[in-house]
Amino acid sequence: MYRYDEFDATLVAERVAQFRGQVNRRLSGELTEDQFKPLRLMNGVYLQLHAYMLRVAIPYGTLTSQKMRKLAHIARKYDKGYGHLTTRQNIQFNWPALVDVPDILDELAEVEMHAIQTSGNCIRNTTSDQYAGATAEEVEDPRPYAEMIRQWSTFHPEFSYLPRKFKIAVTAADRDRAAVKFHDIGLRIHKNDAGEVGFEVYVGGGLGRTPFVGPTIREFLPKEYLLSYLEAILRVYNQQGRRDNKFKARIKILVNSEGVDGFANLVETEWNQIKNSGVDLPREEIDRIHAYFASPKFENLSGESKTHKAKIAEDKEFARWARTNLAEHKTSGYSIVNISVKPIGGIPGDISDIQMEAVADIAERFSFDEMCVTHEQNLVLPHVKKDDLFAVWSALKAVDLATANIGLVSDIIACPGLDYCSLANTRSIPIAQRIAERFSDFQKQEDLGELKIKISGCINACGHHHAGHIGILGVDKKGEEFYQITLGGSGAEDAAIGEIAGRGFSSDQVVDAVEKLVDYYKNNRQDKERFLDTYRRLGAQPFKEALYDAA
Amino acid sequence: MKIITGNRLSDGLVVFLGSDGQWTPALERAANFADDAAKTAFADAQLRVEEIADLYLIDVDDAGALTGRETLRESIRKAGPTVRLDLGYQAGA
Repeated sequence: MYRYDEFDATLVAERVAQFRGQVNRRLSGELTEDQFKPLRLMNGVYLQLHAYMLRVAIPYGTLTSQKMRKLAHIARKYDKGYGHLTTRQNIQFNWPALVDVPDILDELAEVEMHAIQTSGNCIRNTTSDQYAGATAEEVEDPRPYAEMIRQWSTFHPEFSYLPRKFKIAVTAADRDRAAVKFHDIGLRIHKNDAGEVGFEVYVGGGLGRTPFVGPTIREFLPKEYLLSYLEAILRVYNQQGRRDNKFKARIKILVNSEGVDGFANLVETEWNQIKNSGVDLPREEIDRIHAYFASPKFENLSGESKTHKAKIAEDKEFARWARTNLAEHKTSGYSIVNISVKPIGGIPGDISDIQMEAVADIAERFSFDEMCVTHEQNLVLPHVKKDDLFAVWSALKAVDLATANIGLVSDIIACPGLDYCSLANTRSIPIAQRIAERFSDFQKQEDLGELKIKISGCINACGHHHAGHIGILGVDKKGEEFYQITLGGSGAEDAAIGEIAGRGFSSDQVVDAVEKLVDYYKNNRQDKERFLDTYRRLGAQPFKEALYDAA
Repeated sequence: MKIITGNRLSDGLVVFLGSDGQWTPALERAANFADDAAKTAFADAQLRVEEIADLYLIDVDDAGALTGRETLRESIRKAGPTVRLDLGYQAGA
């Protein structure tokens, strides 16, 4: 877990005091809304359909029980008793009053949190693998690098007014749980042939109205050069990214217009000028940051837990959850626990104050006080002893957080859509709810295997529909909600942009349409093939026929 | 016909400009303006910077009911999220 030093604490306190003054000047009418809007956005305050929304940064998703309890307290005291987990591993509150926001930010600062860089044309919260520090798959823990990027990017004076927002993600495993190829910069920590550890650098990925899978601009960057290389990329973008057209201002457009090699050359040229000029961190600073993420003191345990095995044998519901929601831990005798925040028929990513406190209690008692928000709007308890899994499951079940559906058809990413968002054209959440209800049978879900459905209520693609095995995009058709289906996308290491299947469906038709696709898959898959693999093997045509067949 | 709407500055809640010149949370109490009169009223309302954020006009029919392309959006603003009937104005006071 990161720690604030005196500079961080001062920085955040000063920012809150400054914003308090700005809010007061706005309330008195001294500032107009046009003058105030960029200031509030710099502090995470949006105006949505029904109220303001405050987006709080959770660095690479990681939380302690103290921080989680503070979020629960804020939900209860200043909001309507819940928060919403976002695809940048953040949390947002949907109903704060503007007059309360400075107090909320003061409360957040007490636990080393803030809402800086959760909006605006700056470097946003750096995201990472929710299994970081817990999975045996990783070359190294990616969080220290995410933290270095965070410290470097916070209030970086040169990059506070970029052409457009900028998102960075870091992973250190071959299995990509952080959608790194859909980021402005994606970093994959890996070992080269000489056994040295460094980064593969992807630049110019993104979703939105012009989706791109980020191409590699450098196969191997020695890790000590992380910050100077990032700075070189940002410099090229800051100088050459388009500012004349908001829709063409993301770095992906620049990478595309320069060509991958052309862009990479620009970066290399810039980097050669700055790379040994003190941008990179000195060894002792790198060590200090690594020390914050030292592994917890795991016990020496056998890989098999008798307690766990016995409980699996006697409780089918627990056994199912153990099959779908657990992942292998790097340490013998431990598991990674995924907490689904996708109850059947519920709102993806919404979590109540009571649930937050329950998770905080569980993490404190059973997971070395750590938890992590995932970009799929769920939570992870990274280090749970196998002996404790039944107790953890029981405690989660008591607060309706034991849904056994991680990675399955009802584990849907959905943007807030027109129920909350002022940019949306259509609702997303009700579609997610109805799909989950249609496939509510857990045995059937499990039989279908991994199937990622992602829903966006407008072309901005906050619901990652391009990266869905089945993607759903809401479009406005003369004032009515219509839904376009895309097929074959993936946000993982096999990243791909889904192809549009054909004409859209009305709100009444869209769930049936999804079921037709799933049925076609079920009848045509081979062995344990995932939906995506069947789609890739057979191609789009038969799926389209299944979807649009007159019968 | 037009209605003037915005979000109240202090807490962001949806309000409409009422016939009495006050902001009201009830669409039913909103003043309906003919298109020409709406322009003047809107310009006046824009001067009330210390009361309101994000002001704009919405279409209503002669009976004052929402109409046009933004009907769904505005009906959700008026009532609250369709997925949380316990929140927003639809939940009652």
